[in-house]
Amino acid sequence: MKMKNKIAVLFTGVWLMSGAAVAEESLLEAMFTPLRQKEVNPVSNKLYKNECGSCHFAYQPGLLPSQSWEKLLNEKALADHFGENAELEKDDLAEIYDFVMANAADKSYYKRARKIAKATEGGEAPLRITEVRYIKRKHHEIPDNMIKGNKDVKSLSYCDACHTQADKGVFDEDTVQIPNFPDWDD
Amino acid sequence: MKKSFVLFCLTTLFATVASASPASDALFAQYKAAGATKVDAAKAKKDWATEVVVDGEKMSCASCHGTDLNKPGKHHKTGKVIEAMSPRVTADRFTEEKKIEKWFKRNCKDAWGRECTVQEKADFLTFLIAQ
Repeated sequence: MKMKNKIAVLFTGVWLMSGAAVAEESLLEAMFTPLRQKEVNPVSNKLYKNECGSCHFAYQPGLLPSQSWEKLLNEKALADHFGENAELEKDDLAEIYDFVMANAADKSYYKRARKIAKATEGGEAPLRITEVRYIKRKHHEIPDNMIKGNKDVKSLSYCDACHTQADKGVFDEDTVQIPNFPDWDD
Repeated sequence: MKKSFVLFCLTTLFATVASASPASDALFAQYKAAGATKVDAAKAKKDWATEVVVDGEKMSCASCHGTDLNKPGKHHKTGKVIEAMSPRVTADRFTEEKKIEKWFKRNCKDAWGRECTVQEKADFLTFLIAQ
């Protein structure tokens, strides 16, 4: 086989294998983000982990695009954070804001975060993780009785109720264990 | 001689208030300077269960922290476990000034729809560290 043909075969192979990526973002985009990794960037900021994680699962910044975080992380918004007071001191808010903005979905090289960025590309700014189209779609097949009707889950927003490695930013299907449904498999 | 005397004084001082820490001492001084008078742990105990309707939901301290302070509580919305309030059970309780003030501010607003007064904070802190 001539060199030219070999390259063509190789290229086609890569193209086919990246089918999953093509569905959410084009191969070209995938190829031009060579630092991309699987999953979602884990939380690396201690203050973020402590402050946000003291009341709820410390959602990775890569789970929402920066336009969403912009709406959530300001003094006024935090005084009524989904009905709770989550006010932060100025310095703490500044540190958390900077960390989140630098790691939001649209700034991340992690595959799942990029897909979330893609799903909100049009400027959509969902305030809840559960409103992100990509995340909704991924959970579409899970029946209500496993989430809402499940007393140990209750809502899609409790990521770590089923995603056993959610705190590491891993949301892969293989790591899922739905409470009270031990036999569930994909 | 002098050193051991100071040590003796410190020991007896801390022994009187079970779990006082430099942080709680500093806060008591601040509350006093801001107008708090004699602390009343009994009032705090009563206030702990006082329910106020905030945003259509009956709330009190106990809504999230429970009534047995030696046991962990549960966030009323997210269900996240809140470690026991008693410093005997949760060793780092009331050891950080900033943290105590932060949660007083947030939780008073969430449970009572307003900030707590310095007197209320002094009462609550006395009540809680004695657990």
